[in-house]
Amino acid sequence: MNMDCPIPENEFEKILLAHGSGGSLTGKLIQDIFIKSFNNDLLAKEHDGAVFNIDGKKLAFTTDSFVVNPIFFPGGNIGELAVYGTVNDLAMCGAKPLYLSASFIIEEGFEMETLQQIVASMKTAADKCNVQIITGDTKVVEKGKGDKIFINTSGIGIVPDEVDLSPSNVKEGDKIILSGTIADHGIAVLSARENLAFQSEIKSDTAPLNDLVEVMLKVSKNIHVLRDPTRGGLAASLNEIASKAAAGIIIHQDKIKLKNEVKAACELLGLDPLYIANEGKLICFVTPDDAEKLLIEMRKNSLAKNSEIIGEVVNEYKGKVVLKTLIGTKRILDLHTVEQLPRIC
Amino acid sequence: MKFLDEYRDAEKVKILVDQIQSLNIPPINIMEVCGSQTHTILKYNLEELLPANINLIHGPGCPVCVTPIGMIDKAISLAQKKDVIFTSYGDMLRIPGSKNSLMKVKASGADVRMIYSPLDAIRLAKENPDKKIIFFAIGFETTAPANAASILTAKKTKLTNFFVLSSQVLIPPAVQSLLDSDLIKLNALLAPGHVCTVTGTKWCGEISNHYKIPITVTGFEPVDILEGILISAKQILSNEHDTVNQYKRVVTKDGNLKAQETIYSVFEICHRNWRGLGEIKNSGLRIRNEFSHFDAEKNFEINSVTTNEDERCIAGEILQGLKKPNDCKLFSKDCTPTKPVGAPMVSSEGACAAYFNYRKVNELV
Repeated sequence: MNMDCPIPENEFEKILLAHGSGGSLTGKLIQDIFIKSFNNDLLAKEHDGAVFNIDGKKLAFTTDSFVVNPIFFPGGNIGELAVYGTVNDLAMCGAKPLYLSASFIIEEGFEMETLQQIVASMKTAADKCNVQIITGDTKVVEKGKGDKIFINTSGIGIVPDEVDLSPSNVKEGDKIILSGTIADHGIAVLSARENLAFQSEIKSDTAPLNDLVEVMLKVSKNIHVLRDPTRGGLAASLNEIASKAAAGIIIHQDKIKLKNEVKAACELLGLDPLYIANEGKLICFVTPDDAEKLLIEMRKNSLAKNSEIIGEVVNEYKGKVVLKTLIGTKRILDLHTVEQLPRIC
Repeated sequence: MKFLDEYRDAEKVKILVDQIQSLNIPPINIMEVCGSQTHTILKYNLEELLPANINLIHGPGCPVCVTPIGMIDKAISLAQKKDVIFTSYGDMLRIPGSKNSLMKVKASGADVRMIYSPLDAIRLAKENPDKKIIFFAIGFETTAPANAASILTAKKTKLTNFFVLSSQVLIPPAVQSLLDSDLIKLNALLAPGHVCTVTGTKWCGEISNHYKIPITVTGFEPVDILEGILISAKQILSNEHDTVNQYKRVVTKDGNLKAQETIYSVFEICHRNWRGLGEIKNSGLRIRNEFSHFDAEKNFEINSVTTNEDERCIAGEILQGLKKPNDCKLFSKDCTPTKPVGAPMVSSEGACAAYFNYRKVNELV
């Protein structure tokens, strides 16, 4: 019997909310607890999903849990988010999504009609993505032991043979394309949760990106990485790629688009939109020769009409992301260590 | 976006930087009093554009950082009481007390809730008549009106389960205290625009006259800060010491009279201990006696807590502008936003957090 404890000591005795914020504490938790304990090559790649071969077929497999509060928010609900989130993770692997599972953890007393509404929107979302939900699970927990409803979805898809997306493919000179405005989802959910009334309603951008990715992969064979900047926002995704690829990234703040109402909300609350979640956007690293033609095609898609080249991979700042600010100065755009909290004044 | 984009405009920045560079400035120390100004300076790396002779010194204007550790310990003690919902602005949750933080006791089961406005605490009090709602009222003149208004609302609506733990502080006495000190030589001040929105600029005029130091009431965008620096530098070169209002789009001479009236109808001035700075006379606001039934300190037995600052932390020197965050041996090693030793590493207006989050490219190894 092996008496060695597989779980390394951690600097915190208890899990804090910040461990789920997508910042550096989340990364440390994943590295120190999960990757170290489960310990395998596929997990160590830290992609949005695992890509592996079975009988000559390249498959992608991913899972995600959805604990959003409130469960209905401007622009979406937890059900369609659970479908699109997993579909998008498969799409970021370059996969054509095929099948999903859906697990529900429901709190005692939850309204049946609301559950039906959520499930119906999951069906509509699945149809939109051309995937089927083929298996699932249901658990009910006592009143007060959960928060209304949690949904986990897992998904499987097929990756075309010629598609190989990985941070290790990133090369100096690659251009970085962002498919639209940022922070819409995070601010929409925050304003719904906290009953923050803004002049115009801010809607989540939740949307399936699989069709967009299919078009992109047809236009260019030189896409190196795709990533949907969800939890932790654009800054977290870029940092993960820079770190995994040991590449230096420069992004230009003036190229990153924000809706006016989202910008106003961020200013008011003192939140940095670069760290706020998106649910219907992607970032793409592509060779400089293909960047313009890819951009033109992306802009034809309604989900990516605001696409822009926001930066490039450079031969310095290895493993780091550098922000060229609106006024032309430079600083490091680091991972947030803790979740952002609204400022006091 | 009007009143925002034009103050982040690269062309305007270039014109201002050229003007500053063209002045023959001797070595000068300019203190930006407000933590939000510090964050703008670091977030946009304005120092990259300034002549080396201009030394920007970060002042005590972070309301979270200056909240005394004893008050944090009191807050934690209150939050752990039965049937209490303890409410606070988000920034306060992570601030280390002697042994704990509000975030940690929340993780251990205390009902601590982050709110965006004290009126959220009033709403909670109405929705939870069987609970006692305590609101941690901290901050400068900027938050005091809303905090006072919450007590007036509670009185008007006859709430009996709403309490306020008041740790409000005032900026002018703190600025005077720094200028009275011989420890640091300040050549000019950028006064905090948000505070002056409420107070007006009169107190700045009194200080610039008394201490013979130029003061520029300054906003929070890069163009604001650079204009503030240019105005200060020109005054220093011509040996003037006036108060100039750069933030005219928001700040008036008299300030917001209604807000001032609201503050002083509920609070009265008292001596207050500042974290890292010690007691500053007449620098705090306490709840007036007539509202004592809303005062958490008078209505709860607060467990006696031995407050204990970590002796290694130099937050006090940082808040006085005597040292910069990266002068601290703990900075980014033993003291980080996840495991802060001092409050300036936690608050979104804290100088240490600004240095940690917005590192310069030349700091890469």
